[in-house]
Amino acid sequence: MSESLTRHHIKLREDSLEKETTTLNLGPTHPATHGVFQNILEIDGERVLEATPTIGYIHRAFEKIAERRPLYQITPLTDRLNYCSSPINNMGWHMTVEKLLGLKMPKRVDYLRVIIMELSRIADHLVCNSVIGVDTGALTGFVYVFQYRERIYEIFEEVCGSRLTTNIGRIGGLERNFTPAAWEKLDAFLRDFPAALREFETLLNRNRIFMERTIGAGPIDAERALNYSFTGPNLRAAGVDYDVRVQQPYSSYQDFDFDIPVGTTGDAYDRYQVRDMEMWESVKIIRQALEKLKDLDPSVYHADAPEFYLPPKTDVYTKMEALIWHFKIVMGETEIPPGEVYHSVEGANGELGFYLISDGGRSPYRLHFRRPCFIYYQAFPEMIKGGLLSDAIIAMSSLNLIAGELDA
Amino acid sequence: MALTNEHIKERLQQQFGEQVSEWEEHYGLLTFKAPAEMNLKVMQFLYDDEELRFRFLTDLTGIHYPNRASEELCVVYHLHNMIDNIRLRMKIYVPVSKPDVFTATQLYAGANWMERETYDFFGIQFIGHPNLKRILNVDEMDYFPMRKEYPLEDSTRIDKDDEMFGRGEL
Amino acid sequence: MVEIPEGYSGEGFHATSFDKVVGLARKNSLWPLPFATSCCGIEFMATMGANYDLARFGSERMGFTPRQCDMLLVAGTIAKKMGPILREVYLQMSEPRWVVAIGACASSGGIFDSYSVLQGIDQVIPVDVYVPGCPPRPEAILDGILKLQDLVQHESLRRRNSPRYKDLLSSYGIQ
Repeated sequence: MSESLTRHHIKLREDSLEKETTTLNLGPTHPATHGVFQNILEIDGERVLEATPTIGYIHRAFEKIAERRPLYQITPLTDRLNYCSSPINNMGWHMTVEKLLGLKMPKRVDYLRVIIMELSRIADHLVCNSVIGVDTGALTGFVYVFQYRERIYEIFEEVCGSRLTTNIGRIGGLERNFTPAAWEKLDAFLRDFPAALREFETLLNRNRIFMERTIGAGPIDAERALNYSFTGPNLRAAGVDYDVRVQQPYSSYQDFDFDIPVGTTGDAYDRYQVRDMEMWESVKIIRQALEKLKDLDPSVYHADAPEFYLPPKTDVYTKMEALIWHFKIVMGETEIPPGEVYHSVEGANGELGFYLISDGGRSPYRLHFRRPCFIYYQAFPEMIKGGLLSDAIIAMSSLNLIAGELDA
Repeated sequence: MALTNEHIKERLQQQFGEQVSEWEEHYGLLTFKAPAEMNLKVMQFLYDDEELRFRFLTDLTGIHYPNRASEELCVVYHLHNMIDNIRLRMKIYVPVSKPDVFTATQLYAGANWMERETYDFFGIQFIGHPNLKRILNVDEMDYFPMRKEYPLEDSTRIDKDDEMFGRGEL
Repeated sequence: MVEIPEGYSGEGFHATSFDKVVGLARKNSLWPLPFATSCCGIEFMATMGANYDLARFGSERMGFTPRQCDMLLVAGTIAKKMGPILREVYLQMSEPRWVVAIGACASSGGIFDSYSVLQGIDQVIPVDVYVPGCPPRPEAILDGILKLQDLVQHESLRRRNSPRYKDLLSSYGIQ
């Protein structure tokens, strides 16, 4: 019988039979943990005294796989980091490689990338906010909001062919221009989404039950958050207005005018509000991008860099030059400068960084992903200490932990 | 006066002299090498100094350079000064026979898991770390997978046909 | 609505064979246990949503405990660390139980041919339906579940006690 008490993935402490607190295993498979992570909680009644998180249940060895693949084949790998907003990861990776190669993008490519990134930010925040609702018991918001996520998927499908793990864009631009159908869908989305978001807000923002559940759940103050290297909406909810799009603008974000919402106490309600207001800011940015695109040449969708940008297939099969460039890029005979580059983008969860060390070959020598989820999840035991068990669940879902990004 | 890379380099050289070396500026990010025993002293100086103010640890990771004799494992710290918006990269090297590095968890609480991940992948022992165990791989694993000598695939597989994947005997 | 199985009908009664009725009942009330680990989990959430409603096929109630469910939907990559846990969950389900491997990672390891990923969940548990895709579209997931419903409808009532099934389970080390 003692055999079955000590399975190899949970070990009870030696004094566990005499103590007065309960050890609860919030195991890897649990309806409320969105993703596979385990927490062994010490609880006294309903109060959480201590928590020991265990991760690694979906460790897929991205960094080792990346050492084997040529640079353009790493994009599908980056998709699967934060899979709720994969275009941001893809664009971040392409920008890292473009920084290494010294390529400069035309303005139109930048603006198209901004539109795609902001749409995926909206998609990710929709998931997070509706899931906080589901965890407090409000299932309706989830169902309403997923409709709009389907609309965003349709726009992505028009551009790149895939819904969720998009592999969108290429090193050097986008793989194809936006079709007229994509523009129509984007316009329809911008027309209908604000009303739907407002409806979702009326369900939860000033809902007394929701507010009482989330206010005070899992707070963290700005000092501790900075010490734990928090970034993104979780840091902004604690009061620090650090946003990579403003501090180190990439992809022409400096041309856009948007605000950064900031909270005060860093609890679940503040995180929910910050994400909600960021969605409004994203809609603003997309509208501004559409305005700016009107003055640019609509046929440009990639940089003029034949040594690095894979030519379209129609050209490869008909033109000799394109065939030769395609061969050179795929076989790794183009000049990739050796060097080290660190580039970061504002992912939906925070500063997503790519540290690429190239030795001049086709694949990276070392590629490291600075994953925001992994870094801020360390603070979780501190955030829930002293709180109730149900607050711990709300705190976990308001942190927007995506298992793919946690373990990579 | 705005904080520039040259000024940071001057201040560090003033404080630590010849010990900080291998100054490079990759794509605008100042990089330097510090001796392995001095990593905490350098980071504490960068943290406390009222002008340098590097108070945010962006990233901590490891690299394996099998060709650098007696300096095979490298720990890279990316530091960030949020107020003046400057980043810095510090590298320290340790030999693979004795990969001991002082932990940065006292200074930056966020270094806890980052060091565990580096230990898990490279085998770098962080002295003074509160809980240095494997974090992403299974606990029973007895090798450090990101080192260059280990393959990507699971070497105990029997169902995969090496011929089809270009790895068989020709 | 479902069609009446063939049999002899009369005034207020319909006589048919037992396994047809049981097959019909089981197929239209499969209660799924979502075991969603990664990206396929999000596509599975979309399948459960209003657009590609899974509930209309009888899977209205998503159970999260294996004791109450009969269909285990494994969506996402299963790492070697997660393998024993998947087995535990499978062992806790009671017969008859079916397993659907959603996505390339669950079917065969997907694009992650590395030291830490289980190359397909059929290394640890027996699987009935594989749904390929990375991630499969919700229509593909629904197609997989409908194929499973076909299997369920035509399954013999004696299958779970047959020596062939017992051999299958013992090849996985399950009694």
